[in-house]
Amino acid sequence: MAEPGRRPFIGQSLLRREDRRLLLGQGQYIGDLVLPRMLHAAFVRSPLAHARIRSVDLARAAAVPGVVFVLSGIELAQLLPPVPDHQVALPSKWRTAVHHHILNPQQSLLAADKVRHVGEAYAVVVAESRYAAEDAAALVDAVFEPLPAVVDPEEGLRPGAPIVHEQFGTNLIAELAVTKGDIDGALQRAPHRLQRRFHHHRYAALPIECRGVASAYDERTQSLTTWSATQVVHWVRREVAATLGMPEARVRCVALDVGGGFGIKGHVYPEDLLIPFLARRLGRPVKWIEDRHEHLMCSCHSRDQIHDVEIGFDKDGRILAYRDRFIADCGAFNPIGSGAIYNTIAHLAGPYRIDNFAAEARIVATNKVPNAPYRGAGRPEAALATERAIDLIAGTLGLEPAEVRRRNMIRPDQMPYNVGILYRDGEPIVYDGGDYPAALEQALAAVGGLEAFRRRQSEARRENRYLGLGLGCYTEGTGAGPFEGATVRIDPSGKIYVASGACPQGQGMETIFAQIVADTWSVSPDDVVIALADTSVIPLGFGTVASRSTVTLSAAIHHASERLRTKTFAIAANLLECGPEDLELRNGTVAVIGVPDMSVPLGRVAKAAQPGWDHGRPAGVEAGLEDTYYWEPPTVTWSYAVHVAVVEVDIGTGAVKIERYAVAHDCGVVVNPMLVEGQIIGGAVQGMGGALLERFVYDGEGQLHTGSLMDYLVPTASDVPDIALVHLHSPSPLNPLGVKGLGEGGAIAPPVAIANAVSDALAPFGAEFNTTPVLPEQVIAAVRRGAAHR
Amino acid sequence: MKPAQFEYHAPTTLDEAIQLLEQYQGEARLLAGGQSLMPMMNFRIVTPAALVDLNRISGLDYIRSDNGMVHVGAMTRHRTVEFSPVVAERLPLLAEAIKLVAHLPIRSRGTMGGSLAHADPAAELPMVLQALEGEVVARGHAGERVIKAADLFEGLMTTSLAADEIIVEARFPAMPPGAGFAVEEYARRRGDFAIAAVAALIERDGERCVKARLATAGVGPMATRLGDAETILVAGGLGDTVIEQAAAKAAEIVSPLSDPHASADYRRHLTHVLTARALRRARSIH
Amino acid sequence: MSEPVTIRLTVNGKRLEGRCEPRKLLVDFLREDLGLTGTHVGCEHGVCGACTVLFNGESARSCIMLAVQAEGAELGTIEGLAKNGEFHPLQQAFHENHGLQCGFCTPGMLMVALDFLRLNPAPTEAEIREAISAVLCRCTGYRDIVRSIAAAAEKMRAGGEGTR
Repeated sequence: MAEPGRRPFIGQSLLRREDRRLLLGQGQYIGDLVLPRMLHAAFVRSPLAHARIRSVDLARAAAVPGVVFVLSGIELAQLLPPVPDHQVALPSKWRTAVHHHILNPQQSLLAADKVRHVGEAYAVVVAESRYAAEDAAALVDAVFEPLPAVVDPEEGLRPGAPIVHEQFGTNLIAELAVTKGDIDGALQRAPHRLQRRFHHHRYAALPIECRGVASAYDERTQSLTTWSATQVVHWVRREVAATLGMPEARVRCVALDVGGGFGIKGHVYPEDLLIPFLARRLGRPVKWIEDRHEHLMCSCHSRDQIHDVEIGFDKDGRILAYRDRFIADCGAFNPIGSGAIYNTIAHLAGPYRIDNFAAEARIVATNKVPNAPYRGAGRPEAALATERAIDLIAGTLGLEPAEVRRRNMIRPDQMPYNVGILYRDGEPIVYDGGDYPAALEQALAAVGGLEAFRRRQSEARRENRYLGLGLGCYTEGTGAGPFEGATVRIDPSGKIYVASGACPQGQGMETIFAQIVADTWSVSPDDVVIALADTSVIPLGFGTVASRSTVTLSAAIHHASERLRTKTFAIAANLLECGPEDLELRNGTVAVIGVPDMSVPLGRVAKAAQPGWDHGRPAGVEAGLEDTYYWEPPTVTWSYAVHVAVVEVDIGTGAVKIERYAVAHDCGVVVNPMLVEGQIIGGAVQGMGGALLERFVYDGEGQLHTGSLMDYLVPTASDVPDIALVHLHSPSPLNPLGVKGLGEGGAIAPPVAIANAVSDALAPFGAEFNTTPVLPEQVIAAVRRGAAHR
Repeated sequence: MKPAQFEYHAPTTLDEAIQLLEQYQGEARLLAGGQSLMPMMNFRIVTPAALVDLNRISGLDYIRSDNGMVHVGAMTRHRTVEFSPVVAERLPLLAEAIKLVAHLPIRSRGTMGGSLAHADPAAELPMVLQALEGEVVARGHAGERVIKAADLFEGLMTTSLAADEIIVEARFPAMPPGAGFAVEEYARRRGDFAIAAVAALIERDGERCVKARLATAGVGPMATRLGDAETILVAGGLGDTVIEQAAAKAAEIVSPLSDPHASADYRRHLTHVLTARALRRARSIH
Repeated sequence: MSEPVTIRLTVNGKRLEGRCEPRKLLVDFLREDLGLTGTHVGCEHGVCGACTVLFNGESARSCIMLAVQAEGAELGTIEGLAKNGEFHPLQQAFHENHGLQCGFCTPGMLMVALDFLRLNPAPTEAEIREAISAVLCRCTGYRDIVRSIAAAAEKMRAGGEGTR
């Protein structure tokens, strides 16, 4: 759209606009928000995993100085409905095509009849300070009747198991099944078969900023504003309006600076509804800031899938049939329904040709924190199963794991490639471009090459040192629908104003969309004004989850801008007395092509567009210079990557050190290379945490033993290496810019790449690492077992 | 989480502090560095009626060397120990261990006396006091006394200090010049509490081991000396086989506990591995 | 006494005072009573480091200190780094090297880096990694923070900024 010769901003590593306020300590996060006469909430949370609530006595709590209000779930049940059980609707295309059975456990805003996990809130205290509120919370007297807890999902499916949601009579919350080809026949006919169980454990996003909600009700306009550290302002607005019985137009939801989300802030939590209720009820603003201890027991956990894989292959390692039966432990509630689980199914095939495939998933409720998507959202679990299975195939046949991958990978000349099953949006999965074998070669080269490594590995073994190399390959559907919107408006100042429902949590959206709009309108990025994460700036929005904002918002901006440009040219042509076909955008003006002096600044066009006397519009052109476009993607667009981990295993202590790590990835057209690298490395380090350090530990009674950062181990800078990056670019054919999503990708492969690497390192001991995290004690046990057999 | 309410006192003399401890009859806690106490108070695991802040008492922050002893005032920050030339020269084992204590910001505040009195089984300083055969000077209502390392640590987070006693100084015999030493620690992440750690100090005369001291952290309810393993070294020297025997003995005699981070069996295994590594490294120093 | 106390201290070179209960954490006092919200609360366990400030010139975690301990002390926070709106070399380096994404751990990273570089003005990459392992970050994966601090160290050595 911009005139030739101007260097595009897309593709440049522009420094971030967000940085200034954040570096000066002037960011505004939910914890920083101060409202007049603001009150503070503290929740009373269950110490038991499963119990009936017999009574809740708030008298002592109410008497604490500074306490203004106390409320139990029992009382609240009379006043408000539960949180909606399915916040993400499934499209009818999917529902009619995919075998599924899904139950909807409803979560009360405060537990009333039962508590179903340690950490579930059953009462709330509102006071003049958080300190006083916590004092009062400690004085709430509840009488519980403990019930046996379901902690193991397989146990939870046995007859006689305690039932988390009694109205269903079962802990089986959902079943999904997908097949392609002739799975039974193909498995039977396969020359080789292997069966294994893989467990990708329970861990979570752990953003450094916990959650928080602040709400204020304005009696004068009978409207409510709620600020939430959320990734989905429009969802929150919709649910608050429904819960409080208010028109959406009277509810505004804003996310301020958000200190990391990674998916955990990507849905509506009970607190998102309860705090607004309290604010309206009390006639004073109410703020709740989650503390870390709470966070670990009430913000959603993730992953936690057990896969039983059966795979048939030939003597060359070609996969002939792949069956995966898996169980997802969804905890006490299931806010995103089948979302992550169906993602797992959709991504199991990865970058490989698999003609006969079957996946059967069961989602099981347990007495643990609810499970919701976290960076990767079901894909890391798929990668663990498939990529470990491939290494096991290689081991069975005495082949290099990389070679087995080469033989199974879809080739670039086979693109676009129809996988043969549907994506979550009900559309067929079609890989829209990419070069998986090239990514594999380049990733290996980035760690010094496979042959060189094998030589180094042999030498090390002679010195009783154990090095290993592991691969993790994946494909990733990104830029999912249903939609995202953009309003583009030319401001009287001449700046371009863009508003959207996307919700940043550190991705640098203010910068990258300024780059995109700058190129679209031939202005400087400094002349782009971006408004995000606020329901009052655009009526409809979806939010930032599932690696979608660059794709969906850039497309919405493109289409809105196309329509707006037509109108802009029509008005400019009127002002310049020429034809619109003679015009181009040039450095903040609309100018006659080839004539340097004939131009009109965009700001003047905006003023000319205004309604009223002496406007500058030609006949038939309506007033205003703004367009809103809701882009509905045709389907997802496919990123992919190959991760390579080189590890050294200390067989004395069991410690695994990641010596080298490389990622070869493809996210299509890159808007800002510096920010893309930051996303990949950040995701990869989170993945490394999941591989080796991070985990939730529950005991047989459902007590959480990892309730602090002393026990839940987040990787530090000393725990991870630098990461080598290789960039491939296969532009997406599905959106105007050719971009693909990448926010999640980095976290998908590290757990399996590291499990593969440790298995490779300890191959002399016959070790297999099929579960995560890979723990030092497991290494020692494997070495002992292996040594005994030598 | 916010701490529960408490009465706050900031005495300016040690006598005042002791009086306050007596007054509260065990219901008061001392605030030194606060790096262990404050997290517990924030979690409301610990809810004392009163906090007696030692930070306003002057004269407890020093490092002095005399007569072959290095004296470290109880309120001396780990950070000061870390950068002390006296410690580097005379107690190089402490200099090595102190770098393993958490991270710089914790070392800015954490104190010698606080760490020893808190007696966390996974902490490095109690292990060092044991390894160097140090002692503490404690003052209470009845006056001052000296408590040797072996008599200080009694059990899990428990010392032999009376309810009204405050550590005022820790002192360590200067290490003999040329002594071999090493601290081997395994933690899940750099700076974490030890899953297992072994501190070794050996004095040798050629191939003979004249004196050996081995102390542990993380593998029992408190920091302990591994006397029986030390005996093996003194009897048998510093050859590879003897070191292996001493390491095996060390693993045998510790009483590790299990927790979500590590099982007792694994800790025992680590004792073996780390003892051997510490001794081999200590041996390599001439 | 558990009654509110008045605390007089210096923050970023400015004399300030506030009044609060003895149990109030230093980080809450800074943020609520003094209005300096640049220092963040990430855990209250003393682990994540987002609350790191300079206490009498040394980095310390303010979520495990009491406000009363700051009586008479000199504190440095992120708000005190820039001078007349101009970035300190550390801030400039973080900006140029993408050393922050969501910004929540950034106050901790900057304060630890400041303390660390005064002690070690010419660090290796490994030494920087070890120093910043005092602060948890979930966004960046640390690489760009390490690069930022290395770049700042070089600038500061060249410009004699080491003791600033």
